[in-house]
Amino acid sequence: MSKTLQVENLRVAIEGKEILRGVDLTIRQGEVHALMGPNGSGKSTLSYALMGHPNYEVLDGSVTIDGVNLLELEPNERAKAGLFLAFQYPTAIPGVTVASFLRHAVTNVRHPDRKEGEDLIPMREFRKELRAQMEELGMDPEFARRYLNEGFSGGEKKRAEILQLAMLRPAFAILDETDSGLDIDAVRIVSEGVNRVAARHQTGILVITHYERILNYIKPQFVHILFGGRIVENGGPELVQVLEEKGYDWVREKHPEAARDEDALEEAAKQHQPQFLGTAS
Amino acid sequence: MATDLNQQVAGIKEDYKYGFRDSDEHYAFKSGKGLSREVVNQISEMKGEPPWMRELRLKALEIFTSRPVPTWGGDLSELNFDEIHYYMKATDRQGKSWDDVPAEIKNTFDKLGIPEAERKFLAGVGAQYESEVVYHSLREDLQKKGVIFVDTDTAVREYPDLVRQYFGTVIPIHDNKFAALNSAVWSGGSFVYVPAGVKVDIPLQAYFRINAENMGQFERTLIIVEEGAQVHYVEGCTAPIYSTESLHSAVVEIIVKKGARCRYTTIQNWANNIYNLVTKRAVAYEDSLMEWVDGNLGSKLTMKYPAVYMLGKGARGEILSIAFAGKGQHQDAGGKVVHGAPYTSSRIISKSISKNGGRASYRGLLKVADGAKGSKSNVVCDALILDDFSRSDTYPYIEIDEDDVKIGHEASVSKIGEEQLFYLMSRGLSEAEASTMIVSGFIEPLVKELPMEYAVEMNKLIQLQMEGSVG
Repeated sequence: MSKTLQVENLRVAIEGKEILRGVDLTIRQGEVHALMGPNGSGKSTLSYALMGHPNYEVLDGSVTIDGVNLLELEPNERAKAGLFLAFQYPTAIPGVTVASFLRHAVTNVRHPDRKEGEDLIPMREFRKELRAQMEELGMDPEFARRYLNEGFSGGEKKRAEILQLAMLRPAFAILDETDSGLDIDAVRIVSEGVNRVAARHQTGILVITHYERILNYIKPQFVHILFGGRIVENGGPELVQVLEEKGYDWVREKHPEAARDEDALEEAAKQHQPQFLGTAS
Repeated sequence: MATDLNQQVAGIKEDYKYGFRDSDEHYAFKSGKGLSREVVNQISEMKGEPPWMRELRLKALEIFTSRPVPTWGGDLSELNFDEIHYYMKATDRQGKSWDDVPAEIKNTFDKLGIPEAERKFLAGVGAQYESEVVYHSLREDLQKKGVIFVDTDTAVREYPDLVRQYFGTVIPIHDNKFAALNSAVWSGGSFVYVPAGVKVDIPLQAYFRINAENMGQFERTLIIVEEGAQVHYVEGCTAPIYSTESLHSAVVEIIVKKGARCRYTTIQNWANNIYNLVTKRAVAYEDSLMEWVDGNLGSKLTMKYPAVYMLGKGARGEILSIAFAGKGQHQDAGGKVVHGAPYTSSRIISKSISKNGGRASYRGLLKVADGAKGSKSNVVCDALILDDFSRSDTYPYIEIDEDDVKIGHEASVSKIGEEQLFYLMSRGLSEAEASTMIVSGFIEPLVKELPMEYAVEMNKLIQLQMEGSVG
């Protein structure tokens, strides 16, 4: 059964400052969407707000998966409802191995009714699956024994995010700047991993990026431009071409009110970089 | 996977799993409350000790009585020495095999999983129930190699010359008030002797347990590792909950001779009303290695600073200490390293967690004597504070009397990261599960040094501590 992620008139503030000024977005399972926009347009804010970061205050609007109101749920419950966020800056958890973390996460997401302290999914089964997924992503089996994101290179971090995506099999995945900091080979490997997961599990994908190159590998059917905290343009893959050739100036001219908000956001982003990134470390 | 918490703690939901207790009726002997020459004489007589031990006890009692209660560490003002039983004998029998152990005591051990542990890989079990060891076994091959692993009372009777030669040499009776107290009223503990060149490849283990209200436990452990020998001694404690104050004050003395290695691993989880005041010290001679692995949970106040005195060239000392301070608890823990010879090296790693108003203090001493040239030391202390009401402090004392040394000291204090929580929660973990995972990751450097079973137990205990504060 195909699910729908629906975002309506979402308004979000950080530290009292409004960043998203009414975002509308509908993603069905199996679709690939790209969300593009300049730095500070609110792209990461959208991803954190959808996942439920406590610092992001929702002022108005709704986010639902098949009618279930995500905004009333804790982040872990959102994960169980089928939402996944591949972080731009995944946080290190020292002393916790990739394998033990993932076994716990996979158990919770696949068995949402499991009570805390009850059995995890069987070790043998889990290991087998993990090994297979790692192999597909070209990861050394040793990787499972490393501490989560600790001392990972940029490429390893992103690959680990996609490994989690593959293991958790969400209905919807947000990829927040997954291509940033990667060389072209790494972008290809990571993208292929995303495409495999999407094909296998009919995952609805939202690729957030301000570069075009990842979209050569993960091909969107729908493209949205976020500018000044709202989606100002919706289109197909041709919109990517337009942005590549002409940049954002025409967007600015066409949407003067959004341009004013965008300038204010960029200014604020410069002053409060860590907060906006959510993860300073 | 030793750190996979949920797997291991399945089914542990009670507030305090080890809070069961047996009735007091089966104690064969219980001394009156309070301490006097009479009580000390009585203890010595009950044990049938030689006169030199009795004299040592009485002398120690004088020192204990004449010393003030120390005020430099945790708050001891509510500790009432007159309200404590100083000696209690749980049973007249000392079983050699499991069948000989009385059923009620066996029940307690069963709940702690000891028989199973033994079946798996224990070299010997010296389990202290109250003040007296009731059960003891040692693998025959170790016995053949001349390894001695008995309770210290037995050692005084059967190996008086060895005991007399070393007892009180590392921690003299006048060392501190609590060492004096222990020397006066000690009972039980382990005596380990490893002859030259013998490598004991399986950990020697003893479980300790206090089981009577207001009863002090004063075990005395003495370990001698002869030249080129090796041993790993493991001690774990779980204690039931009691309503009134109780005192645990142990002394552990270790002698590590030339080229020998000794590791002493402890996990202690005392009930929340216990004062845990322990003196642990090792002397390490030329090219030897002494390692303390020390995990402290529970208790009202713990003051414990395992020490290594490096007295021979090239000796090494390592101390890995972990403390978890919950509600109403103060863990004052750390380590001491004294470099008394050239080219000695030491490392202290201390990790503390405080939550629910708990207080964790690191207290450490690093001393390098004049002439201990080429010595190296590295001290790292990390504190994790889980909420706004808890506290962590660091008291590092450093005394360096030698120029040619390399010293490193790092300290960090962190709060459980909002971003870490959010990241783990976004993957389907509840806030409680995420916090527990972060904490277990924080202590992983210690847990991975523990034998498998202790790693499991440590994780269970951490889980219990974490649960205690959730909701």
